[in-house]
Amino acid sequence: MSTATRRERGAASSASLRHRMAERGVDRKLLMLLPAILFALVLFVYPFTYGIGLTFQPLQGTVDKWGGGIFANYVAFFGDSFIFDSIWITMRLALPAALFNVIVSVPIAFKLRRKFRGKRFLSTMLVLPITLGTVLTAQGLLIFAGRQGWLNRFLIQSGIISDPLQLVNNYLGVTFTLVISGFPFAYLLISSYLSGIDPSLDAAAKTLGANWKQRFMRVTLPLLAPGLATTFILTFVLAFSVFPSARLVGDPLGTTRVMALMAYRSFAEQIDYSMASTIAVMMGVIELIVIAIVLLGRSFLYKGSTGGKG
Amino acid sequence: MSLSAGTFESLELKDVGRSFGGREALAELNLTIRAGEFIALLGPSGCGKSTALNCLAGLLPLTHGEITIDGKRIDVLPSEKRDFGMVFQNYALFPHLSVERNVAFGLQVRNLPKSEVHRRVAEAISLVKLEEHAKKLPGQLSGGQQQRVAIARAVVLEPRVVLMDEPLSNLDAKLRLEMRTEIRRLHQSLGLTTVYVTHDQEEALSLADRLVVLRAGRVQQIGTPEELHNNPANWHVADFMGYRNLLDLEVVGVDGPQVRVAGGGLELTGTAAQPASVGDKVRVAIRPHDLFVVEGAGRPPGSNVFTAVVTVVEYQGREFAVEVTTASGARLFVHAATAPPIGSEVTLTLDPKRALVYRFVLDSPDSTDTGSIEESRLAEVHA
Repeated sequence: MSTATRRERGAASSASLRHRMAERGVDRKLLMLLPAILFALVLFVYPFTYGIGLTFQPLQGTVDKWGGGIFANYVAFFGDSFIFDSIWITMRLALPAALFNVIVSVPIAFKLRRKFRGKRFLSTMLVLPITLGTVLTAQGLLIFAGRQGWLNRFLIQSGIISDPLQLVNNYLGVTFTLVISGFPFAYLLISSYLSGIDPSLDAAAKTLGANWKQRFMRVTLPLLAPGLATTFILTFVLAFSVFPSARLVGDPLGTTRVMALMAYRSFAEQIDYSMASTIAVMMGVIELIVIAIVLLGRSFLYKGSTGGKG
Repeated sequence: MSLSAGTFESLELKDVGRSFGGREALAELNLTIRAGEFIALLGPSGCGKSTALNCLAGLLPLTHGEITIDGKRIDVLPSEKRDFGMVFQNYALFPHLSVERNVAFGLQVRNLPKSEVHRRVAEAISLVKLEEHAKKLPGQLSGGQQQRVAIARAVVLEPRVVLMDEPLSNLDAKLRLEMRTEIRRLHQSLGLTTVYVTHDQEEALSLADRLVVLRAGRVQQIGTPEELHNNPANWHVADFMGYRNLLDLEVVGVDGPQVRVAGGGLELTGTAAQPASVGDKVRVAIRPHDLFVVEGAGRPPGSNVFTAVVTVVEYQGREFAVEVTTASGARLFVHAATAPPIGSEVTLTLDPKRALVYRFVLDSPDSTDTGSIEESRLAEVHA
């Protein structure tokens, strides 16, 4: 870069324009980006801006009820506690589920770093749920853990409990599905971050007299933390947009009345596209706020090389 | 200088062995290390030298034997309780900690008072001359500087023993020489007991008080640099000690320590380094420096005179490394003060004392007497 600018500032470069452009990274290979740009424009940028536009075209009914002119949808969003409360309901589901996925993945990934018999089988079992769709997971959970499910029938018949456990159609059921679908992601990501940490660092800490707790807190965790933050963001976003399981195995009118359900309600039941778009946009905004907070925290951490195979 | 070495009398390895899934990586290692000694474990890759070091460090559990310090067993202690410093081949510095905090790590996990940590860290950093880099992260340092940090981090704990695993192998040639002197200086000034693993015989000879040569997990010879350099116990050690010419010949006559060997049109007199009798297959080891090119015409007296044709000449600064081929096709490496023209015929002489005759068959790895090639075998060679 610096050599290129220096050359241009000096006497007129003898290189052709095309050559000089190429030195700055502008050449015909850039055309290969065209399909991706087209794709993004048609399938993301246009619908996204269209959706944002929709939010400023509230139905007359909304304007009459909440006022605020073209901002009526937003006034309604913040004013209508039925809608606004869904933020906390969603948070209450997504935050613990994402935290759980990250925290539980760490020791498992840690243990599975070493070679042992049956390691491949175990890690396959851990990752397998990634192949199941959310609907399949929800249906399976209903059959397995419902009031008449295998689990409850087994527990009752073996005399361990007398009344069936309420494991689905509530907060717990949705949390289960979020863990089932989110954990494999978290585990895969964290184990790849972990394999990027040079094992000789742990050995070095050992010879310096650090016990396992000190080694984990002073060496492994600081090196892993940026990866944990990224993993948390990804599983959080996955959990925050939960929709099918909130409806199928949740309590869609109570503890699992998540934002995605509210958007769907506006769209399909009230035929209020502009309100549905508003809720969708606010979902994005809230996710971005959480991501920004996590990334801010991450910026204080060491992010350089961790010495391993990366 | 108040940094010093942890004190003890002797560190003893008794019959130490380590197998990986039935394969012996190290077997029957017997070694007594006196406090303050510099021991080099030398051998080709895969000979078990790193395994031995990791066993000492406690990073690998032993499968046989025991390690004691002043009679107290330490091989049952976990690595973090052994009080050994270790310097790794890839330095293994904590990338997220500054030089200072890397060096302070071992002191901090011992919960030492802040003032003492500060004092000892400053001392260790000045010992390796890194004062101006103390606040930097390891990633901002050169390889040599990183290795200095690794050394400071190990010696700041005043360990009983410092273990070094090929610490110079990632450095370029010039830096390697510099660091070698540095390590020797540190060892002399602090009196650190050091076990040093290397595959570089020159490094081992220049640094160590005693060398342990390993092959296929078994000790081949233990001795001072002079002993190993002048009287290798077998041809494998000789090969490692710079006896570049290894000739496979047959014994045709024995006269006390003098052995007459012949084969492929070549016949010369050597000294038996291992017992030999007529008809034995032997391997004769000769250092390039012990073969002399005879200047001028005329055949010099003596029994070990033969002619060869010059094939390759390499300039090496003070002298020339010359490869010659004998009439029988055997290739020999010779050092000469002047460069003979390629293709010319030269006459070579050799002192029979400097042609060491070894049994061709090395003791196979599963025979029991290999591990005990020690002072006794050496004494035999000296006689």
